[in-house]
Amino acid sequence: MIEIIDLHKSFNGQKVLNGVNLKIAEKEIVTIMGISGCGKSVLIKHIIGLLMPDKGSISIEGVDITRLDTKELDKIRERLGVLFQGGALFDSLTVYGNIAFPLREKTKLSKGEIRDRVMNALEDVGLKGMGKKYPGELSGGMKKRVAVARALISEPAIVLFDEPTTGLDPIIASSIHVLIKSTHKKYGYTGVVISHEVPKIFEITDKVAMLHNGIIIEVGTPEEIQNSTNLIVRQFITGSHEGPIEY
Amino acid sequence: MLVILLTGSFTGMVLALQLFYILRKFGSEALLGAGIALSLIRELGPVLSALMVTGRAGSALTAEIGMMKISEQIDALTAMALNPIRYLIVPNIVAALIVFPLLVAIFDVIGIFGGYLVGVEVLGISSGTYFSLMEDYVVMEDIMVGLYKSVSFGLIVSWICCYKGFYTGYGAAGVSKSTTEAVVLCSILILIWDYFLGAILL
Repeated sequence: MIEIIDLHKSFNGQKVLNGVNLKIAEKEIVTIMGISGCGKSVLIKHIIGLLMPDKGSISIEGVDITRLDTKELDKIRERLGVLFQGGALFDSLTVYGNIAFPLREKTKLSKGEIRDRVMNALEDVGLKGMGKKYPGELSGGMKKRVAVARALISEPAIVLFDEPTTGLDPIIASSIHVLIKSTHKKYGYTGVVISHEVPKIFEITDKVAMLHNGIIIEVGTPEEIQNSTNLIVRQFITGSHEGPIEY
Repeated sequence: MLVILLTGSFTGMVLALQLFYILRKFGSEALLGAGIALSLIRELGPVLSALMVTGRAGSALTAEIGMMKISEQIDALTAMALNPIRYLIVPNIVAALIVFPLLVAIFDVIGIFGGYLVGVEVLGISSGTYFSLMEDYVVMEDIMVGLYKSVSFGLIVSWICCYKGFYTGYGAAGVSKSTTEAVVLCSILILIWDYFLGAILL
């Protein structure tokens, strides 16, 4: 379980997170949505431990990660899989090398075992036979698929997806959503998805949280969020340029 | 390597021309080989090689690590519970400490042969004089000075270039700025450190 309590973060005096509270239950997929620049990626970087809050705490499986040193934090990170916004694939490695990387570096699996798992992962994400390509030779959608495979290869307990479908066409975006759903069914991880792909994202998520002005203003099931009377949530879901959200 | 071969040979050739001109005024043309060797081994080899490697490989190193930073590849390493310093910085510094002295040695040898080409083949000094006086005047201490300088320049260049890449700013402009800063800072520090090390080891 992930529990975020009263999380605050400012950059150069500008408040980005202003007291975020959120509980994510085990094996649940929670989507955090909000307008661009509202601090969604900052929030996810706190969960990974890449950023430390000015105030507040983040508990992962009962451990407050804001109080840990690097070594202890790494033990928590070993239980995480992360899909970064841009994929963050290593340019110098092939697709195969990228997916195999966490296994080579963090496990004692034999070459054969690693090969079998990478081949299965490539098949799962629909990229069979693409192992020898380099990230620079792939399309945006393919890169995201490779990044999904890399995030899941070590079968983590928690997977964080930072805008998994941003910049992709609707069909590929839909295929990524199906991929998240199918891998969640297969591995049973706890998932945190940062997305503003509404209403598509509602199909794969158990709960939705809306981040606005540095706080979570509403949390609920996709149905509850779709029927929300909160004007900010309603404007965001309908994509209307008129409403309380100012640009 | 090509850059080192070209700069090494032409440095030796220019040194031969200039030193010959100066030595002739004192009637000491025979010292040309020794003068070229000492200049290259103690001073020009380490300094010019370091400046060339900074421009050729140091800038590329900063740009590569900077690109890794802005495309979240370094964050990805951290998120995998891997230490990016150990994976990206340490291997580059170790490689520089090994490669710099080797490149300087190549630069020196090529420079001495460049000087030979001009001094012996063009200016007419005898081949025996060129090499025998070199053997008499160049001692192990001179070679060690060159070695100390090359190792310390390797450390300066790799450290600064990695640091600037690792702490780059945002976007392409940030990487471009870091790369420029790395090259300028390395070049200045090479020359400053060369003076102080030279003064200590004199």
